[in-house]
Amino acid sequence: MEILGLLIPVSLGLGGLGLLAFIWSLRGRQYDDPKGDAERILSSEWDDRPKP
Amino acid sequence: MSDAALHDHDARLSACPACDAAPLAQRIAAGGGGQEDIVLSLPTIHCATCITDVERVLNRHPGVRDARVNLTLRRVTVDAPGMSAEELIPVVEGIGYEAHELDPAALSASAADRQGRDILMRIGVSGFAMMNIMILSVAVWSGAEAATRDMFHWISGAIALPTVAFAGQPFFASAWRALRHGRLGMDVPISLALVLASAISVYETAQSGHHAYFDAAVMLCFFLLIGRYLDYRTRAVARSAAEELTALEVPRAFRVTAAGDEPVPVAELRPGDLIRIRPGARIPADGEIAEGSSEIDRSLLTGESIPVPARPGVALSAGEVNLTGPLVMRVTAAGRDSSLARLTALVAAAESARGHYTGLADRASRLYSPLVHLLAFCSFLGWYFATHDLRLAVNVAAAVLIITCPCALGLAVPAVVTAASGRLFRRGMLIKDGTALERLAEVDAVVFDKTGTLTMGVPQLVSLDPIPVAARPLALALAQGSGHPLSQALAQALREAGTEPAALQDLREVPGYGIAGIWQGRELRLGRADWLGARHGEATLSASWLSLGDEGGQGAPIRLEFSDRLRPGAEACVARILASGRRVMLLSGDAAPVVRDLAQRLGIVEWRAGVTPVEKAEALRQLRQEGLHALMVGDGLNDTAALTEAHVSISPASALDAARTASDMVLMGSDLAPVAEALELARGARARIKENFAISLIYNIVAVPVAIAGFATPLMAALAMSLSSISVTLNALRLR
Repeated sequence: MEILGLLIPVSLGLGGLGLLAFIWSLRGRQYDDPKGDAERILSSEWDDRPKP
Repeated sequence: MSDAALHDHDARLSACPACDAAPLAQRIAAGGGGQEDIVLSLPTIHCATCITDVERVLNRHPGVRDARVNLTLRRVTVDAPGMSAEELIPVVEGIGYEAHELDPAALSASAADRQGRDILMRIGVSGFAMMNIMILSVAVWSGAEAATRDMFHWISGAIALPTVAFAGQPFFASAWRALRHGRLGMDVPISLALVLASAISVYETAQSGHHAYFDAAVMLCFFLLIGRYLDYRTRAVARSAAEELTALEVPRAFRVTAAGDEPVPVAELRPGDLIRIRPGARIPADGEIAEGSSEIDRSLLTGESIPVPARPGVALSAGEVNLTGPLVMRVTAAGRDSSLARLTALVAAAESARGHYTGLADRASRLYSPLVHLLAFCSFLGWYFATHDLRLAVNVAAAVLIITCPCALGLAVPAVVTAASGRLFRRGMLIKDGTALERLAEVDAVVFDKTGTLTMGVPQLVSLDPIPVAARPLALALAQGSGHPLSQALAQALREAGTEPAALQDLREVPGYGIAGIWQGRELRLGRADWLGARHGEATLSASWLSLGDEGGQGAPIRLEFSDRLRPGAEACVARILASGRRVMLLSGDAAPVVRDLAQRLGIVEWRAGVTPVEKAEALRQLRQEGLHALMVGDGLNDTAALTEAHVSISPASALDAARTASDMVLMGSDLAPVAEALELARGARARIKENFAISLIYNIVAVPVAIAGFATPLMAALAMSLSSISVTLNALRLR
């Protein structure tokens, strides 16, 4: 059962990492235009080079 | 949701349209600096190509730093310092997309966004906390013993307590507000369950007990926040629709001064001011014509479809539209005294008469909250007196509160409303009021306005036959030269018949009378009867007259008759409503023969002509007194009071802003068919909501006796909660 001492912090850390990623995406306004983002991927406008 | 009171302030812009318009006008006047981004509404964009096209053309335009399309809101935000929307609209329209200026100040998007992101953040935090606690709980459920179990409970508690404190804030705040007003909303039992579950779990863990409800408390937060977010989304979309409609029309007038014309906000007009009214513009205040002659379209104010001539001395009312010639008007009444404001007072009176509608969710929670508290309290008392074990009694009471907690109830209404309004939005219908869908489901009588609602308010030539084939090119050349609606209709009919315009000399428009031109030395005229020396005769249809000069007996002017074009889908819509067994009425301010013709064509038995705005509102009040729930569909200023008086109301997007503000739903396209569909969809939605209530009731009926009997475990609570929430959401999605 000593393994629990390692596994529980690891699982909590991974969960926390996911939460941080979510908060980062929220702060970056990635949920403002879900419909537009779904369509934008179909456009070939910036396929060859990234948008400046 | 139960917290309708909490959202009351943003459900409807306000009872009186003028109260919205006046401060808005001032904000627009004040914020003319052009410091902020320009926001354009693009109602026709729908795909990836549209996004790319619009962004590319705007980014290429000199002076534009950045342009970003938001497809969800159908808007483009342009960062172009020092530029105005007037410069950018032609750029977008040049590649074939409709664009309208939106007033960024009126949109207040940032505040609403923050609220949405706030709820999303709480959902995220409670979701991640729930997953971690579930992993630990699974170990406990599968038989962790003694010290291991206690350790898992302590770790769960360390995650759950801060999460509940953070994610539960919206419920605690709303419950506190409800309690202060002496009410029991749905949030009071929710908050009580959260607090009691957390407290009893901490106590149990400290006593190294078997059951801790940390997972249930966090899961409760998670599911309820999802319901809250759906609810918020529906309201935000509705509010942004309402704001967008208000922001579309920027009320300005052109005041004539010694230094030339200056644009001023309508709210700043004073009696005695001289204002210039361009052809095609709406008249901003009451007044009297000082200079110029033209024709006036009164249909939005009175419902009459035939334009009336306007000469110096004729009185004008706010809301009428100037058709042909430029006018200079002396303002006699503005603001509070104008006819517009008098109609607004009528609207306010109707608004207060309608009273407050209580939604299904509110009625359910009003029944439900006392029952839950009573159940929990009774089981506490029962167990305490039976066993004299306080710890056990509190445990059972907490279990009852958690099991009965309205996860499914909190999701039941928002999930259905989100599905239904999404479907209506795709059919071109905007819902402005949260309870409009429920009220629409109760409708058993539908009242239509005529001009602009069942008809397009655009004239159509009855027949080309009266015009000799040889004269058609001449008629087309004349008609093309005029902006008058009748001339435009004639020109369109002739073009559709394949006519090419002849070359005329000296084409000139005589405002208020018609248009004249010279062809091979003969003077041709198209216009009013009296100007051409003809008698108008019986005025059932609007008519224009064509004179081809004085040669060879052709001198008698030709009478051209126009009828109002029926709105597409109007016949099908009325037929479908009649087939569903609802009463259909037609109330119009227009003349009797025209209204009778239309009523017969659509199969409407109950019709009244020459109805004043007051009589319209009166008719709807009478329907209410007969116990009927009426839907009013109308577009004019003369309909505003009736729209407010009705149980629920719809207006087309072409309607006057006051009418759109007064109505609960707005029809974006020109097709009327979605009205009939919306009635059926609303009934379907109400049925789903009731089914959802039934589903959550069944779960409660099964689980509550177990909880009261003291057999409830945290595993059972978690299962009941997630199963009922998921089944309710799936049932709501069936509506698509």
